[in-house]
Amino acid sequence: MIEVQNLKKSYGIHEVLKDIDLHVKKNEVVCIIGPSGSGKSTLLRCLNGLESATAGSISIEKVELTNKKANINKIRENIGMVFQSFNLFPNLSVLKNITLAPMYIKKLKNGEAEHLALNLLGQVGLREKANVNPDTLSGGQKQRVAIARALAMQPNIMLFDEPTSALDPEMVGEVLNVMKKLAKEGMTMVVVTHEMGFAREVSDRVLFMEDGRIIEEGSPEQIFEKPTQKRTQSFLEKVL
Amino acid sequence: MDFFKLFEASLPALLAGLVLTLKIISVGIIVAVIIGLVLGIINVGHNKILKLIAKLYIDLVRGTPLLVQVFFIYFGLPSVLNFKLDAMLAGIIAIGINASAYISEIIRAGIKSIDSGQMEAARSLGLPYGVSMRKVILPQAFKRMIPPLVNQFIISLKDTSILSSIGVIELTSSGQIIIASSFKAFQVWIMVGILYFMVIEILTLLSSRLERWVS
Repeated sequence: MIEVQNLKKSYGIHEVLKDIDLHVKKNEVVCIIGPSGSGKSTLLRCLNGLESATAGSISIEKVELTNKKANINKIRENIGMVFQSFNLFPNLSVLKNITLAPMYIKKLKNGEAEHLALNLLGQVGLREKANVNPDTLSGGQKQRVAIARALAMQPNIMLFDEPTSALDPEMVGEVLNVMKKLAKEGMTMVVVTHEMGFAREVSDRVLFMEDGRIIEEGSPEQIFEKPTQKRTQSFLEKVL
Repeated sequence: MDFFKLFEASLPALLAGLVLTLKIISVGIIVAVIIGLVLGIINVGHNKILKLIAKLYIDLVRGTPLLVQVFFIYFGLPSVLNFKLDAMLAGIIAIGINASAYISEIIRAGIKSIDSGQMEAARSLGLPYGVSMRKVILPQAFKRMIPPLVNQFIISLKDTSILSSIGVIELTSSGQIIIASSFKAFQVWIMVGILYFMVIEILTLLSSRLERWVS
């Protein structure tokens, strides 16, 4: 589904990603962990073209995103993204946040789009919030709406960029539960997270990144129980 | 008593001047907002050539006095291009161009003030840049632009008094004409001042209503 080869990303002389290779299969849930500034978020943002690659190639479902002629909008329709800071549109109601893209891109009629949106809101447990302004929601509710919004385009891949890092501790659970449900339903997911419990429980594969490189990757058991790299060990000692 | 008699006698002419002032500013500001919006959007975009042209335009307009611009448009251009320009039309063009440079900066700043995550979220859904701008960014930015836009509107309204120098009989010019025959400079300038002041007070009131209404 996702093929990343020799990906490099620099800002000026500062190299943020150094030679990244990553392959994500259909239905796979991959969690990326690592210290701040290790390039986790940059890698994720490269996957839907929010950051452009300096070198290397990225293909999403066989379509090369790093090709200049690629239709980036078309590729993005198929990749949902959830941000740390939610990024709901405060000028639109919760419902309109979700219906905007399907109505514009898929040309859904108002009724169809609303039906779809209410369905998705039901799935994240917020059906009754359809007509409120996003600003009135709690952090956990906002993030669940953001997930519903991303799902409205019926993407095959979902990217999560530290989806619970901006939440009060008591709201982390409700968001993780929605993500767990998605994973169970077979969604292909790449999740940048500091929630080690989630990474351990839900992911098929865990990547540890530091200093712009993937230092170690493996099953959650392997990474959390018996990491082979010193740097992985010392990171996990600090966070667990 | 004298003052009231003078007031009664001058009012029709002053009001006619005021109406002309309002006509000039309302058309002028529409021109300014349209040009300003285009320039503002160019300035937050990525087209280097268009940005350079926009910068040149804005710098030129901001770097020269309005009076010079008015003379250039009314006397300068027609003299080399061999055409006649109506004074009022020249005034509208000058006010519109002048305000557009400032408005483009207001619009640029308003767009820039919206968190970049909003554009990223819209684009990540697959929405094209233009749609994201129209549906997500501009509606939010517009709220923040209201106070500075009203401010520019007020400045430009007062700037129309400069058009008295090319013979447009707007409010200031009407005052001058009345003084020429009555010699009552003190009283007439007070009346002119009050009329400007009243219009601007009404505008200020409307703008705070508008601000409350959008939020």
